[in-house]
Amino acid sequence: MTGGPATPAPSIVPAPRQAPDALVEYLLRLGDDRLVLGHRLSEWCGHGPILEEDIALSNVALDLLGQATMFLRLAGQVEGRGRDEDALAYFREVVDFRNCQLVELPNGDFGFTIARQFLFDVHAVVVLDALSRSGNAELAAIAAKSLKEAKYHVRHSGEWVLKLGDGTAESHQRIQRAFDALWRFTPELFAADVVDAAMLAAGVGPDLAALQAVWDGLVRDVVERATLSLPHAAPPIAGRSGRQGSHTEALGHLLAEMQIVARSHPGAKW
Amino acid sequence: MTQTRTATPEDPAKVAAFEARIAAVESIEPNDWMPEKYRRQLVRMMSQHAHSEIVGMLPEGNWITRAPSLRRKISLIAKVQDEAGHGLYIYCGAETLGVDRAELIGQLLDGTAKYSSIFNYPTLSWADIGVIGWFVDGAAIVNQTILAKASYGPYARAMIRVCKEENFHKRQGYEIVATLANGTPAQKAMVQDAVDRWWWPSLMMFGPSDTDSPNTAELIRWKVKRKTNDELRQRFVNLTVPQAMAVNLTLPDPDMTFNAETENWEFGAIDWDEFNQVIRGNGPCNRERLEARRKAHDEGAWVREAANAYAAKQRASQASEAA
Amino acid sequence: MASTITNQELVKEHPSASTAVAEQASALPSDEWPLWEVFTQSEQGAPHEHAGSLHAVDAGQALQNARDVYARRGGVISLWVVPGGAITASTPGDSGPFFDPGADKAYRHPQFYKVPRGVRGV
Repeated sequence: MTGGPATPAPSIVPAPRQAPDALVEYLLRLGDDRLVLGHRLSEWCGHGPILEEDIALSNVALDLLGQATMFLRLAGQVEGRGRDEDALAYFREVVDFRNCQLVELPNGDFGFTIARQFLFDVHAVVVLDALSRSGNAELAAIAAKSLKEAKYHVRHSGEWVLKLGDGTAESHQRIQRAFDALWRFTPELFAADVVDAAMLAAGVGPDLAALQAVWDGLVRDVVERATLSLPHAAPPIAGRSGRQGSHTEALGHLLAEMQIVARSHPGAKW
Repeated sequence: MTQTRTATPEDPAKVAAFEARIAAVESIEPNDWMPEKYRRQLVRMMSQHAHSEIVGMLPEGNWITRAPSLRRKISLIAKVQDEAGHGLYIYCGAETLGVDRAELIGQLLDGTAKYSSIFNYPTLSWADIGVIGWFVDGAAIVNQTILAKASYGPYARAMIRVCKEENFHKRQGYEIVATLANGTPAQKAMVQDAVDRWWWPSLMMFGPSDTDSPNTAELIRWKVKRKTNDELRQRFVNLTVPQAMAVNLTLPDPDMTFNAETENWEFGAIDWDEFNQVIRGNGPCNRERLEARRKAHDEGAWVREAANAYAAKQRASQASEAA
Repeated sequence: MASTITNQELVKEHPSASTAVAEQASALPSDEWPLWEVFTQSEQGAPHEHAGSLHAVDAGQALQNARDVYARRGGVISLWVVPGGAITASTPGDSGPFFDPGADKAYRHPQFYKVPRGVRGV
């Protein structure tokens, strides 16, 4: 980590609780991104375009859900209110979720799923790479383990971007449409707020602005090799972001399905 | 690696040599001479088996998005993913007999090929996921342990890999069942209900009774099958009854009695009418299962085509660079 | 915290110009993929062994699919993928002239030779 100032920057969060709360928030963001995207990918299980790809998508879903488990467990431990990863996954409301909106969007066709996955996978690699050098040792350990998986994920989704972009006229059109539709959800991936600032200052989290340039270069390289183009500028979505609990309507339906059994039997063990 | 097919009557000397190899428990390999009927039986059996794995992903996949804990969600995805893998291994085994996987999948999608009747029943509660692992995977393991000794090498080898991987399936199922059986009253009721619904269809999984099984004798003689349907069914019942007792669940068969002499648990009459109806396409979910497979196949066509087109372009550009 | 990530490492292009694959691909309908045979190595120094087969459009995808299909439980440290059409196999008709002559060459095996009692390390 490049050293920030030793004392956290002033923020609206009351000072005594600032450090642990910001860390909990930050861990929830990392965990929820992976929980929600892993869930979305798992919807493909049994419905993929070919058996080999069904297995590949399930592998990515499994990696993401494994990472989500680790991040949420750590979030619960840091929070210290007795919530484990399942309490966080199954007993929070939509507005309590901290994932970016990109990952909660419904799957669409295979091209949409791949474009969404690629944009997230590259983000995951640059963020996890930075976090593997985090000042928080537990977070750094999870990030280092997850980074190996994420590098494979980029390879998988990136090569599909090449195949679909430079495949047939139909596939080119479909994945181009997907990138066009998804692009406005990408500014959120790097929009730093007080939590990110606190994490940067504490030597826990990365400088998102610096990472955005790396992400942009990696994404553009593959998109261009795939004979595709990206919209020039995406006006960010107005209002609060998913990081602050504002979501698309799709997330409520996803959670309703995900949480139904657990919530129907409060206190039960599974 | 395909073999020319014999349209004319087969050479009796070759048939005799083949039968002798079978009698000596030799392994038959793809390029070896084999009677056309042996090949056909194997393609039928292996493709039915592979189709069952693929269609079998659907009833369990139905609960992936609702699994009640992260641990359960992850193990269920891994299990359904394994079924895709097992289908793939077995299709590849069948491909050594000179048929294409795409051709076999075509037969599944147009409704001419069969798959295990059990997957035409609906999964209605989370407990079904536990009971399927316990009963259906339990039954499959009984079956496949024997198939791992099948005379056709590629089938036997696929089965050895499948059996190794499937051990976790049954255990994860039974763990869910035991957890629910020791859980809240609502959980106990849920798991007993699932047992009641899945028990008889699970017994039917072993196929028609020996007295009524058209293919059994020939398959046994060729050592493709090493035990009859009824032998395997009995073995499954004997294994399962004590497992049900251990978690205080009741199998829905008032006639179930232990025969101290044979040491078999003797069970009541199976409703073969229901079995035949389900096989004929009139089970609760036959249409939905095939519809789901067709949808995945049709909606995947542009993806498969794109990958091929991309690879062809790459080959062309590499060839022109080399020239 | 400068990023060291590059696409060299992430999204690669693979040599796919294999005659065997091209031949297979050209004979297939446009939505079917060529067959590959997969070999896995379980530990350093161990031989690569045939694990099974799968379908893929090029070598890179075949490797990735092999990783997911045949190495997802671990226990694999190296993979080979070979286009199905590139394998030439001996046929059962060859087995007499190919293999029987090897069966009676006892002098190729150490048990053929006698060593005086009590001598070690030979």
